[in-house]
Amino acid sequence: MKLTLRIWRQASPEAKGKMQKYVLDDVEPDMSFLEMLDVLNEKLVIDGKDPVSFDHDCREGICGSCGMVINGNAHGPQQYTTTCQLHMRHFDDGDTIDIEPWRAKAFPVVKDLVVDRSALDEIIKSGGYISVNTGSAPEAHAIPVDKVSADDAFDAATCIGCGACVAACPNGSSMLFTAAKVTHLGLLPQGQPERQTRAINMLARQDELDFGGCTNVGACHEVCPKGIPLASIAQLNHDVLGATLTGARSD
Amino acid sequence: MVITPQRNIVSRTWGTSVGKKTVIATTGAVFLLYVIAHMLGNLKVFFGIEAFDAYAQHLREIGEAIFGYEGVLWLLRVVLLTSLVLHMWAAFSLWYKAKKARPIGYQHRQRWEGSYAARTMRWGGVIIFLFLVWHILDLTTGTVNPLGGDESAYLKLVASFDRWYVSLFYILAVVALGFHIRHGLWSAIQTFGANSALKQNALKTFAFVVAAVITIGFAIVPLSVMFGLVR
Repeated sequence: MKLTLRIWRQASPEAKGKMQKYVLDDVEPDMSFLEMLDVLNEKLVIDGKDPVSFDHDCREGICGSCGMVINGNAHGPQQYTTTCQLHMRHFDDGDTIDIEPWRAKAFPVVKDLVVDRSALDEIIKSGGYISVNTGSAPEAHAIPVDKVSADDAFDAATCIGCGACVAACPNGSSMLFTAAKVTHLGLLPQGQPERQTRAINMLARQDELDFGGCTNVGACHEVCPKGIPLASIAQLNHDVLGATLTGARSD
Repeated sequence: MVITPQRNIVSRTWGTSVGKKTVIATTGAVFLLYVIAHMLGNLKVFFGIEAFDAYAQHLREIGEAIFGYEGVLWLLRVVLLTSLVLHMWAAFSLWYKAKKARPIGYQHRQRWEGSYAARTMRWGGVIIFLFLVWHILDLTTGTVNPLGGDESAYLKLVASFDRWYVSLFYILAVVALGFHIRHGLWSAIQTFGANSALKQNALKTFAFVVAAVITIGFAIVPLSVMFGLVR
């Protein structure tokens, strides 16, 4: 396959970036998208040029590192797929592919396609956990969980924190991410004591961190590699509303 | 023991993005109920001038014994105006926040941008507001009505819609209203936390049907005047 790539190149956070054109003649349809970029980088290194920086780690679709916007689509054209699991057979010979970093004020570009997603960690720090005293683990069967809650909590827990929801949201909102965490913990018995304060604290942190507000457009769900349901945002709203009305507080 | 001062319910609500959305949703629900009542009232035009004008007069006399002449009407106007201020204030504040959240856009246009209704909520809302100003000047105060303010409501309506460009503007505005309700109603249900993965499609269909009924219910009046059914 012969491909023309237009890739966002930006030397440093302060530098002014631009789209740079590259032509690759020898792309195999069985390559993953990241392997295709590896091939490009090998060529760039041989030519003595600066390789394209991009984040990646597990390359099996579970770490959430490899986010990039491919032809206007976070993680590329295939639904429920991370960039590393996207294969070149989904493109045609002669295609031009635009590759850009996640765009959000909360995700500043570090270099080329690498963005700093620490803002999501900040949201987690503000409530994405349960507080338990350490000690020997309790008997797992001692706390019954109904099937529907277990399934919904598990669906929400599959969020890998890749930030595609933010990248695709017309408002630059991390609502689906925050909602996934709130739903995951809020549906399980262990998450109940902090359920309301978790929702308001995580939302408050998100609001502080340059993220926009949610308008229920649904672009986040469309690009989410794990298909986190839009209804998890309703769960977050529900918990926030309850906490707002009752005045729940954590201290 | 450290006691942190607890914020009151107003600042708790107004202080978060979801709180502001709740304000938009609640005031939107007020508008929706009003718009449905307004549409049903409009349809009285098909029962002739006496029925329509009697209805308009009745609106001024409801609860007269307690609230006085036009008392209920003014109460309603105050509620609607307050709702409008809150609705737009919260929406503009979130619009500004969203603008700031992505200072540098994408070179390649986003492929999935959401429904037309969702994308046009903000500017659509502005258009509906501008229409509202015209609408009140035309049919409430009569300032821009060919017959002026003191004529019968029925005759003012016919005289206004006899101008094709006014009818066209009105129809476009109620279509914009339909789109606004189509996304707004579903979005409000989601904001109140009543959505679930199982119900989502049903809720979106419900919002679509409500929006379609309201749009048709309003548009049928100027269309009937244009085609000579209402004279």
